[in-house]
Amino acid sequence: MTGPDKSDARRGAGGEGAVSGGPLLLGVRHHGPGSARAVRAALDAARPRTVLIEGPPEADALIALAADEDMRPPVALLAHVVDEPGRAAFWPFAEFSPEWIAIQWALEHDVPARFIDLPATHSLAWQEKATGSPPPVPEASPEPPAEPGPDLSPEAAAQPGPGASPGPAVSPGPAVSPGESGNPEDPDVVKTHAPAGTPEAAAQEDALRIDPLAVLADAAGYDDPERWWEDVIEYRGGGTSQALKELGHNGEAFAPFEVLADAMGALRDVYGSGGHDRDLVREAYMRIQLRAAQREFGDDVAVVCGAWHVPALRQRTTVTADRALLKGLPKVKADMTWVPWTHRRLSRASGYGAGIDSPGWYGHLFSAPDRPVERWMTKVAGFLREEDRIVSSAHVIEAVRLARTLAAMRGRPLPGLTETTDAIRAVMCEGSDVPLALVHDKLVVGDVLGEVPAAAPAVPLQRDLTRLQRRLRLKPEALERELELDLRKETDAARSTLLHRLRLLGVDWGEPARSARGSTGTFRETWRLRWEPELSVRVAEAGIWGTTVLTAAMAKAESDAVAAEALADVTALAERCLLAELPDALPVVMRVLADRAALDTDVGHLAQALPALVRSLRYGDVRGTDTHALAEVAAGLAERLFVGLPPACASLDADAAAEMRSHVDAVHGAVGLLDEPREAGAEPGGAETGPAGAGAEPGGAEMELGGAEMERGDGEAARGGIRTRWHSVLRGLAGRDSVPGVIRGRSTRLLLDDVELDGDEAGRLMGLALSPGTPPGDAAAWIEGFVGGGSGGGMLLVHDEQLLALVDAWLTGVSADAFTDVLPLLRRTFSAYEPGVRRTLGELVRRGPAGASGPDHGGGAAPHGFAPELDGPRADGVLPVLSLLLGLDIPADDIPAQADALPAPAHNDLAFAEAS
Amino acid sequence: MSVSVEPTSVDASGNNPSEALRPHAETAFADELAALAAQDDRPRPARWRMSPWAVATYLLGGSLADGTVITPKYVGPRRIVEVAVTTLATDRALLLLGVPGTAKTWVSEHLAAAISGDSTLLVQGTAGTPEEAIRYGWNYAQLLAHGPSRDALVPSPVMRAMAEGMTARIEELTRIPADVQDTLITILSEKTLPIPELGQEVQAVRGFNVIATANDRDRGVNDLSSALRRRFNTVVLPLPESADAEVDIVARRVDQIGRSLDLPTAPDGIDEIRRVVTVFRELRDGVTADGRTKVKSPSGTLSTAEAISVVTNGLALAAHFGDGVLRPSDVAAGILGAVVRDPSADRVIWQEYLEAVVRERDGWKDFYRACREVSA
Repeated sequence: MTGPDKSDARRGAGGEGAVSGGPLLLGVRHHGPGSARAVRAALDAARPRTVLIEGPPEADALIALAADEDMRPPVALLAHVVDEPGRAAFWPFAEFSPEWIAIQWALEHDVPARFIDLPATHSLAWQEKATGSPPPVPEASPEPPAEPGPDLSPEAAAQPGPGASPGPAVSPGPAVSPGESGNPEDPDVVKTHAPAGTPEAAAQEDALRIDPLAVLADAAGYDDPERWWEDVIEYRGGGTSQALKELGHNGEAFAPFEVLADAMGALRDVYGSGGHDRDLVREAYMRIQLRAAQREFGDDVAVVCGAWHVPALRQRTTVTADRALLKGLPKVKADMTWVPWTHRRLSRASGYGAGIDSPGWYGHLFSAPDRPVERWMTKVAGFLREEDRIVSSAHVIEAVRLARTLAAMRGRPLPGLTETTDAIRAVMCEGSDVPLALVHDKLVVGDVLGEVPAAAPAVPLQRDLTRLQRRLRLKPEALERELELDLRKETDAARSTLLHRLRLLGVDWGEPARSARGSTGTFRETWRLRWEPELSVRVAEAGIWGTTVLTAAMAKAESDAVAAEALADVTALAERCLLAELPDALPVVMRVLADRAALDTDVGHLAQALPALVRSLRYGDVRGTDTHALAEVAAGLAERLFVGLPPACASLDADAAAEMRSHVDAVHGAVGLLDEPREAGAEPGGAETGPAGAGAEPGGAEMELGGAEMERGDGEAARGGIRTRWHSVLRGLAGRDSVPGVIRGRSTRLLLDDVELDGDEAGRLMGLALSPGTPPGDAAAWIEGFVGGGSGGGMLLVHDEQLLALVDAWLTGVSADAFTDVLPLLRRTFSAYEPGVRRTLGELVRRGPAGASGPDHGGGAAPHGFAPELDGPRADGVLPVLSLLLGLDIPADDIPAQADALPAPAHNDLAFAEAS
Repeated sequence: MSVSVEPTSVDASGNNPSEALRPHAETAFADELAALAAQDDRPRPARWRMSPWAVATYLLGGSLADGTVITPKYVGPRRIVEVAVTTLATDRALLLLGVPGTAKTWVSEHLAAAISGDSTLLVQGTAGTPEEAIRYGWNYAQLLAHGPSRDALVPSPVMRAMAEGMTARIEELTRIPADVQDTLITILSEKTLPIPELGQEVQAVRGFNVIATANDRDRGVNDLSSALRRRFNTVVLPLPESADAEVDIVARRVDQIGRSLDLPTAPDGIDEIRRVVTVFRELRDGVTADGRTKVKSPSGTLSTAEAISVVTNGLALAAHFGDGVLRPSDVAAGILGAVVRDPSADRVIWQEYLEAVVRERDGWKDFYRACREVSA
């Protein structure tokens, strides 16, 4: 590049045409197998002394690695900003990429290969500018490059100045958005993680840019540019290397490139840069590089670049004009390395969008020595056989015939992917899309994973990790140690986030440990840290997910969510996303969660998922992340549960009933936590009307759906709170005979605790459940559900003597035979009580039924040592302390009025303490 | 019509085609077929009336060089018609699969009409279809009087198609008993039909092919043996792709049916039709129309044909017991009946759909209420 004047002089003086005798310009389509073959044939025929390839020159030093035997495409060149691994660009190469072929050819023939595109130093700097708020027009464009110089060639004059349509220069440098990546002129450079807002910008930019292929295809009467390209370029010569080799021998190896270059030249005459303004700068750089190479090697130079650039490289401009274009380009410090790539990422479907739909099919076209359709069908048949489908050779024959005839009918030279796919569907898959989807996933796209030799420079993820470790003063040590984190401190919170993210990436540097202090606060975390040597390997492996810990963890979380099988896995993942502070990954996770929940028919799964989700919701509140989406999904999940639960509770055996009871408990706890934010937002009257309406028709919920009952009576009110709906579900459960006793009892109890039922109503339900006609086993189960399971049931019986009397009356009425049957159940129920409660109960029972003073609440006959009536003034004495404990601010004169209400909150507190 | 070799043939019964309640495709669209055949200069397979390209155009519609407009017979993906026509051109048999009401019979009739100019070589498959319907039968009077001979033979439509190089159609292939189905294997692979009684055989001439239709929701009726299956190329006819297309189909059919039943036309019916179609589509596809929420699919097919009957039923309710305007309550019961086929599983699916999707939807409150009433 130094001393360009001489070359310019030579060029100006010699006046050699670039086409004849000049450098060999091979315009290609990135990832086109036909182009790749043609490139190889052309290089074999021309035997240039150097090969120049479109790509970042910083990677020149890495080219030698391509010959390493551990290097296996698909791989990508990764350029990233040194201090900011998040800003990166990729240049992917598949084995059938023309650029890859050119590199390989150069290495095989011991010929220097160089990249000649604009250095990543500049393109990455552009990217930064593009993502900055008001996108500035690149410095270069105000001065039109085609500005007539003194010795301007006529060709250049024909080129319209690009200054005419600068448009909003939001293009992220060479980073290409998926939509336009099929164009042959673009380098397959992809931004790893587009910041929010860029898609719009890209769309806008798409509208401004022209797609040269689309124009050519349209001229040829094709509606799909890809198909046109395939028909005209990729399938030339029967689409096989054999045929192409013969072409090469006939000296026609360059013909396709010349034709294509002419077509592109015509296009660029019309459209100029076609809205790709930055291309002009890149092309100026390429021209300068080309001149430098020509000075060194004469005209024995081959250039492999996007077909779009060929006319620009042919065009003769002055060095001064080119230099002017390159002046003042922004710069950042960039680093490059090879990273493994996958076929899936080459395909558009993955969103990385390096540009092709069907890498597997292209790979096949490239590697098949001959008869590509026949070989493809055989391959598909073999695959389907592995999947246990019956596919005979006759199927293969018929599929090939059908594909051929289809191609003929559609006027295509050779069956393309569409024809073969149609044929496979009709012949081998019996018209079904299900096996076809598998074929698409495994063969058309393919599972191929590239490999990069260990000698390649470190991946940016590792650097990012090192940087973070330094910043957070967390040194990787082989020795195990415990780390206490106080999440209220900024550094500690960042440490926790980092460890959680690494865990998501499978780098288990830290294991969460139980705190030595036994603290249960949400602001404290304890980790056990230990850096094992193989963790470095894990980091390298995780490099495939992204260039920074944040982006990689996010990509991994999203991918995990999609792959997760059980519903609970997805909820757990949501929890981990919150812990690792990956709010951007949440939408995907939530989406998957909603889908899984919708399709899951097992109420148990839903019931397991809900508590975790609600926990995440609470935890998210602690961290201040936006959990709106989470709340919505949780509410949806709850709705599904409400609908599914009543039918699922019918006709269960004892074990299943016990399990279902735990589900009911879990859902109850979750609903309690879930309700608050919603109720705050919902109309305030809603929740109040519900209970009132419910009390009016208590036991009548004998329907398929308990939840349906009250809503018809009072539909509007029921829209209010989730809790209201849950209560109506519980009411339905409590009143349905087909529901096992333990669940009925439990539902009654939960309603009682929530003051949805008053004591009398609970007594009525218990009376029903314990009436003489009921089988004793069933009644005992009801009692277990109502007061058992360490949920403070003992205290309830101690305080509500009416209920105790009912239990007592039932128990004494049980026949001797039945008593032995129900004894184990009862024992299980009552043995869980605390000794003090048990003793009090025993005393109460020994004293005999409270019948002495009738069924009044809090009956007359007091236990030993108690007065029959409450001593108001003495009891009031405790209230100030109580209100202090509960954090209530009760005016002194209100206190006596509260006295009656006291027992109820007491139950709630107990229940809450047990549940938590 | 063209191939009545038998005096007993239906075609020769002197019916005036123009008076027919429903004329055959080749009669109804004779002009278009003639115009296409006249303009068509592409290569034609043996005994085809027109090239495969022209057949596809006939089905999908288009306009010809001389300005003749070909009406579309089938509205759906082009790919499907192309694969179907190409299959017939490669002398493979074609199997059209699909749930009821996806125009399988319609497509097969028009394909036969365009290719062979005759859609009447038809075998209607039922559980009682005998072997004679596919091979040949005997005219017993002839047989007794003159002994076995070709004159005493009563050829089946398939046999006639073989002899003349035409397209035979078999409707509801999966309803035919398995042993009768198997007689097709020799016909499709060897392209001959042996007549052991006479020591003769009928060899199919070029141009012969078979189009079969089958219902892929009727599992376990008489599934095709894999031997037979592999002689067919299968094309699955999908349900209408867009909601608008389906609403259009339903509205038009409901209108036709309603007129024949003398039901008053409902002014605001289109909203309700759209709603029914939306519900059916969402439950069928397992995802809401906005693509945001997944729902479970019930066991019923919920085809367009069922949507039509739900709306017709609702119209009848509105006309005879309501105020003549189609309201949510008129269609709610019908929808419930179509969706809930399996009383336990489907009911939960329906309730979930109601609570998770319908309840939240703007402007669907009446419908939600109506559904709650009938679902309880």
